[in-house]
Amino acid sequence: MTLTRLSIGTALIASAISAPAMARDYISIVGSSTVYPFATVVAERFGKVTDFNTPKIEATGSGGGLKLFCSGIGVGTPDITNSSRRIKTSEFEDCKNNGVDHVVEVLIGYDGIAIANSVEAEQFDMSLQDVFMALAKDVPNPDGSDTLVPNPYNTWDEINPDLPAQKIEVMGPPPTSGTRDAFVELAMEGGCKSYGFINDMKKSDSDSFKAICHTIREDGAYVEAGENDNLIVQKLNANPNALGIFGFSFLEQNDDMVQSSVIDGFEADFDAIADGDYVISRPLYFYVKAQHAGTIPGIEDYLSEFTSDGAWGEEGYLTDKGMIPLNDELREEIGSAVGNMQALTLE
Amino acid sequence: MNNSDKSNAGAASGLPTPANKDTTSIVKASLKRRYAAEKRFKLYGILSICASIGFLVILMVSIFSKGWPAFIGTYMQLDITLDQDTLGVTPQSSYKELRAANYSKLINNALLERFPDVSKRKEKRALYKLVSSGAEYQLSAHVINDPSMIGQSIKMWVAADDEVSALIKYKANLDEPENITTRLSEKQIAWTKQMLDAGEIKTGLNKAFFTNGDSREPEQAGIRAALVGSAFTLLITFLLSFPVAVAAAIYLEEFAPQNRWTDLVEVNINNLAAVPSIVFGLLGLAVFINFFSLPRSAPIVGGIVLSLMTLPTIIIASRAALKAVPPSIREAARGLGASPQQVVWHHVLPLAMPGILTGTIIGLAQALGETAPLLMIGMVAFIVDVPSSITDAATVLPVQVFLWADSPERAFVEKTSAAIIVLLAFLILMNAVAVLLRKKFERRW
Repeated sequence: MTLTRLSIGTALIASAISAPAMARDYISIVGSSTVYPFATVVAERFGKVTDFNTPKIEATGSGGGLKLFCSGIGVGTPDITNSSRRIKTSEFEDCKNNGVDHVVEVLIGYDGIAIANSVEAEQFDMSLQDVFMALAKDVPNPDGSDTLVPNPYNTWDEINPDLPAQKIEVMGPPPTSGTRDAFVELAMEGGCKSYGFINDMKKSDSDSFKAICHTIREDGAYVEAGENDNLIVQKLNANPNALGIFGFSFLEQNDDMVQSSVIDGFEADFDAIADGDYVISRPLYFYVKAQHAGTIPGIEDYLSEFTSDGAWGEEGYLTDKGMIPLNDELREEIGSAVGNMQALTLE
Repeated sequence: MNNSDKSNAGAASGLPTPANKDTTSIVKASLKRRYAAEKRFKLYGILSICASIGFLVILMVSIFSKGWPAFIGTYMQLDITLDQDTLGVTPQSSYKELRAANYSKLINNALLERFPDVSKRKEKRALYKLVSSGAEYQLSAHVINDPSMIGQSIKMWVAADDEVSALIKYKANLDEPENITTRLSEKQIAWTKQMLDAGEIKTGLNKAFFTNGDSREPEQAGIRAALVGSAFTLLITFLLSFPVAVAAAIYLEEFAPQNRWTDLVEVNINNLAAVPSIVFGLLGLAVFINFFSLPRSAPIVGGIVLSLMTLPTIIIASRAALKAVPPSIREAARGLGASPQQVVWHHVLPLAMPGILTGTIIGLAQALGETAPLLMIGMVAFIVDVPSSITDAATVLPVQVFLWADSPERAFVEKTSAAIIVLLAFLILMNAVAVLLRKKFERRW
């Protein structure tokens, strides 16, 4: 008796509260954990300098964010999703099918992925090919034939005589991490493609191309150090023989403890990433549901705060947090497109 | 002891049989071994207690030694000229105008006045970085509070940048800047030293930590939003799970007939207690957010989800407590003419209350530390504004610990430990309330 009465009561409370929840007076943002540190700074500032509430930001990952974003329109769905890659055609179709047909795309800047070691140790100077040879599960046969062998290399100088004669020990993110995806796509695939016969496979047999280029060795040379980049930095500090893979903002915040390796002639620093010279970098985006602009207060103002010179400009506060800004022309072009709420179209 | 006494007695009575003698010698021979086994067994117990205490001490020492600096703030004294032209407002300006005025410029000017020899653009930028980016909001609040100050010159303590704060708090030797691990340049260290020597830098209680919500600037980040979020969430959890669980336990223990149906319910409750918490998060997302369209990220949904998770724990504990009430109490009450309901309300429930409260506290403590189900319902989020109702967007303490542990700025390391300290304090407070209530209800028979 009591039990049923109470459960009915609970259901009543639940439905009673759902009515006022229909109005939402803050912006709801979801998406990439790579964009999260930048979006949160803008959101916090936005909340302080305007009369609007501070937006709520969840780090759900790029894919998870786009899925929530595209699930429909209405206050129950997020207004903005951050992404560390461009929206896929399939996701855009999904959006359209659910009635989200006015999406504004904003490219905000770039993020670099650093391969770094302790400042106590010698700085590494290597090519993407060296990175691939050190970390791939299967590598091209050292005898020069077009075959693959399980990775035989144990020390760096076996790969490239210019590198130090120390054990290959690289700490990086686990497969669930977006940083790992980007690293595999940009660094591993980049080094992998430098072998002609593997590159030829890309067209003929893209599945095995991916398997070769994207598989990281599992014999202990690559240590999965968890999602927490801080932990990798601390471990590098304690172990000068190891290298670590993490986001550029963590390199910047800890540049007294760790140094970036030189990759293909450039180390991960501000200018090299902005000019596109440092190859392991990726674009950062966010997507806005323009249909919410009238119902949720402050969306336009949030956009203009994000695209103001003080934020995403060359000396804006986002660069203090480690984001690499776009060049002037791109900023101007995107800024005005955002101002007009130009709808995204994918060819 | 007992055994050897008996065999001795047998020997003394003068009836030694060969078999008896044999037993005695066997027992005597094994005696030493058995004593040793007894001692070892006790030792294992003591060792395991020592090990757990040791781990606890290590944990506490590491958390407290890392966390205490977060409770200390570093402040700089600046001579700020509230220049009307720079601000672009007058004492008569409206609240909106006052709020939009350019306060950061005033702070930068104050720094430039303090160090007049700084002229290069790059140096200026380095100098501005000594002060927290939150200082302008501090000044803005101060001016809005009393606009008549505009035009005057004031002395004000503003928060220092987290890197400067680390230098001061960890007592780095500022005379040897080359030996300090910091991101500050030697110039910035020299400026800091100059101000410190002039008594223009002080440390004090970091009030911002207790009054602010989350922030991306470590010196402004506070625990308030998460603390309030946790309190709201647990309140909902308690209000939902306690009455439901106690009612369920009373029915099952005192009224339900023993049949296959109640057996099934019982088995399911026990199984439910072992379901991984993330499953409840998925349920919450599907039922409460998608179907009932309750707001995402709100304590109301978090509380409902966590109460589903704590229900079985409380039910099982409550049933055990009800079972422990001696049947004689019930029989005596019935014998005096009490109805079954009166027996429960007047006699059984008050006696079982201490046990029920213990179970509730265990359940709520579990709920307090939970993050996995909250991930699914959007409570793992960056929340700056302190929630003011159960439908506002909120986060909870363990989530705050997780978010800070993952932030690039190094000063968040101490914030992480400090948040853990607050979480532990919250837990101890909750336990203390339960212990007090238990004392109040406790009855002996």
